[in-house]
Amino acid sequence: MTRPEYAVVTVYSTSHALRAEKVLQRVGITNKLIPVPRRISSDCGVCVRILQVDAEPARRALEAAGVEVEGIQSL
Amino acid sequence: MIYFDNAATSWPKPPPVVEAITNCISEVGANPGRSGHRLSIEAGRIVYAAREAVAELFAARDPLRVVFGQNVTEALNLALRGLLRPGDHVITSSIEHNSVMRPLRALERRGVSLTIVQCSPEGFLDPAAVEAAVRPDTGMVALNHASNVVGTLLPVREVGQIARGHDLLLMVDAAQTGGAYPIDVESDMIDLLGFTGHKSLCGPMGTGGLIIGERVDLARLEPLKRGGTGSRSEYEEQPGFLPDLCESGTLNVPGLAGLRAAVRWLLERGVEGIRARETALTQSLLNGLQAISTVTVYGPLDNELQVATISFNVSGMECSEVGLRLDEEHDIMCRVGLHCSPAAHRTIGTFPAGTVRFGLGSFNTVEEVDLALAAVRTLAEEA
Ligand SMILES: Cc1ncc(COP(=O)(O)O)c(C=O)c1O
Repeated sequence: MTRPEYAVVTVYSTSHALRAEKVLQRVGITNKLIPVPRRISSDCGVCVRILQVDAEPARRALEAAGVEVEGIQSL
Repeated sequence: MIYFDNAATSWPKPPPVVEAITNCISEVGANPGRSGHRLSIEAGRIVYAAREAVAELFAARDPLRVVFGQNVTEALNLALRGLLRPGDHVITSSIEHNSVMRPLRALERRGVSLTIVQCSPEGFLDPAAVEAAVRPDTGMVALNHASNVVGTLLPVREVGQIARGHDLLLMVDAAQTGGAYPIDVESDMIDLLGFTGHKSLCGPMGTGGLIIGERVDLARLEPLKRGGTGSRSEYEEQPGFLPDLCESGTLNVPGLAGLRAAVRWLLERGVEGIRARETALTQSLLNGLQAISTVTVYGPLDNELQVATISFNVSGMECSEVGLRLDEEHDIMCRVGLHCSPAAHRTIGTFPAGTVRFGLGSFNTVEEVDLALAAVRTLAEEA
């Protein structure tokens, strides 16, 4: 079995991550809060992991809900 | 025991508040927003849920604009010291608590000019007098929502309208009204709402905060402290976004768990319902006290125009003695003196002697009001 391809949504703070999580849950996009991978940022916070295939729908949903996103990157 | 000191802090607390605090400490003891592991995220969720609850209660659209701190004093200091600069003019009322007056007096020494609009002896504020005080350099109106001495409600919405008309910020100290009187930051046009968790919000001490509206220029807002936020750790500068701009250092997570439970408890009951119950008790207390010929009651004497905070004096007896005897002989806890509000006591004419204050809360009953009235009657006869 191949490991699914993931992307991470990076945000400015844990509060923003929790808000992003809520929005994604509402629109049915599978997600999980994880520590920000070091190669993406030296920040010590959390980010939202999603499936790579959901990157675009996630971006749109977050934008529509007014959640500020730092970036969405492949893992 | 009869606890009539809810204006100082509410007690007892709703059982879910105690459970939430205990549960938080025993099950979720991690640092929110710092570490990224499951337990830390869980702690972050508790804090976020508290933001959502507070935002819902006060009809604020964005939970991230709810900034938590220790109490309303800290929130008011953040708003006043964070936004007012030398050369700015600020308008306030003559019934403010020292948590507004003292920061303003300190700012005045540093070049902020201050107009204190006189309230009537009942504590009423005329919105037209606020408008008349507006100058070209006015930046803010800072108002108590309800007096902590006589309970008088201030015309926040009318002043909000005036503030918008002149492009000023309206800051409101909701210490005495949050949870006890409906507040809607949008329709009341409040730009900065300071709240404290431990009074009528029915939460624990050590919780409170400021709701920062969208008209506030964040680039101009100086936080009271700077430090670790768990966000943007690669930078040595404070983040410029909310809530992190104003929330450095580890928050009181168990307290916020309790505050969240308290606000949910209030939302389930409905602030209107709580208000209705308290106004009924307030009117009985007002009527009963006024019926005692040697008792002077201060304030509006009308439950529609005030919150459940009542000040009175018994002629021939100092307020401190009334307080002591209510405690020792009648098992009634209340607060006497100046209530951290010398300006308010000057306004109602009781400075420096002070008053006896009964502050009712969600758990007080008709029976307690009757017992307290009987106790004051006894003291009045003995005076
Ligand atoms: C009107 C008012 N403002 C401010 C405060 C200060 O509250 P805290 O001690 O929770 O900061 C109080 C209560 O003491 C109050 O009644």
